[in-house]
Amino acid sequence: MREDVPALTDAPAGERAEDTATPGTASPDESRRRLIVEALGIAVSAIGFGFVYGLSAREAGFSPLEAMAMSTIVFAGAAQFAAIGYVVAGLAWPAIALLTLLLNARHLLYSAALGPWMADVPRPRRALMAHVLTDEAFALSIGHFRRIGRTDEAGYWIGAIASTFIPWNLATLAGVVAGGSIADPNVLGIDIIFPAAMIGLAAGLISGRRELVAAFAGAAIAVPWALFASPALGVEPSTGVIVGGVVGPLVGLLVPATLAAEGAPLGTRESAERFAMPGTRLDDDAEGLP
Amino acid sequence: MSAELIPLAVVMFAVTYPSRALGLLAPRLDRLPKGVIAYLQLVGPAVLTALAAVAIMVRTADDGPPVFHIGVEWVAVAACLGVVIWRRNLLLGLLVAVAIVVVARATGLAALPPA
Repeated sequence: MREDVPALTDAPAGERAEDTATPGTASPDESRRRLIVEALGIAVSAIGFGFVYGLSAREAGFSPLEAMAMSTIVFAGAAQFAAIGYVVAGLAWPAIALLTLLLNARHLLYSAALGPWMADVPRPRRALMAHVLTDEAFALSIGHFRRIGRTDEAGYWIGAIASTFIPWNLATLAGVVAGGSIADPNVLGIDIIFPAAMIGLAAGLISGRRELVAAFAGAAIAVPWALFASPALGVEPSTGVIVGGVVGPLVGLLVPATLAAEGAPLGTRESAERFAMPGTRLDDDAEGLP
Repeated sequence: MSAELIPLAVVMFAVTYPSRALGLLAPRLDRLPKGVIAYLQLVGPAVLTALAAVAIMVRTADDGPPVFHIGVEWVAVAACLGVVIWRRNLLLGLLVAVAIVVVARATGLAALPPA
């Protein structure tokens, strides 16, 4: 068990929530400013990806109402793209439901990771938070919480709603309504935004050898699974993401604790910088850091 | 305007929401064992890199098995990663990645992905 990460289990939730002045952590305001900068980058990604989704839905025969229903009710990009293929292929709805369940199972890991941080948030709001929990919202919020060493509910909403939900839905609408005027959006490089954003977010979460090994393992497992195992098993190549996401961390845990201990314990300036998400830099005169 | 797929969206929501909500709403999950917490700390990097790797390395066709893809997308994503590490700026990294892909495709150095 790493000693340099926020202790999620050693203090009552209420005490954690009020611990706004933990020595050595980034200030909430400063971290939130960084969060907003990061959210802008993610919003760009959501706009590009959502626009492509709207285009794809339009080409598949979805009405604007149906495309928007997918983006607001389902709000899961990869599953939405996959669903277009399922619908076009005439797949039965129970099969679509099963594949969607499988593809989105990774969210269970995200919610479990965020759960301890959100213990003090009223249950109805947590229920609403769950609907907007995405890859991006998870990465942005967990990075923000780590920096300040506590929960910041407003920070979660910024990461989930402002940077992803709103841009994604507006871009979906633009793509499905006005996308017909663009001959080939791939000429504009829109297709590269999503993987580039994912790798950038991953880099922001890597602060030690275990994360690094888990990241490499996740990719190294997901790709062969998608190429070889998924056709043999008759499942979607995208299930490789789930397999890589489940097994990758187990590989990361194989790194001995002595090697996993990083040189930037939480609470130091170096750690705050390393835990910071992409798009941010610590000012030299940042307050509250030793 | 067709609304036939709206019930499908509701079905997809019904199978997606539980995985999103369970960890946030289950009361016993706020005191996880240390080993579980250590595991969950690693989920984000593993899933995100898996998403990126599959997106740029695996191409699927309507009528055929997925194939391994090597292309300018690797360079673009690597450049984005480099910028993020160097400047800690995701937005700049995304712009660099897009620029690389656009230039490569416009000049014929890289082919457009299949529609």
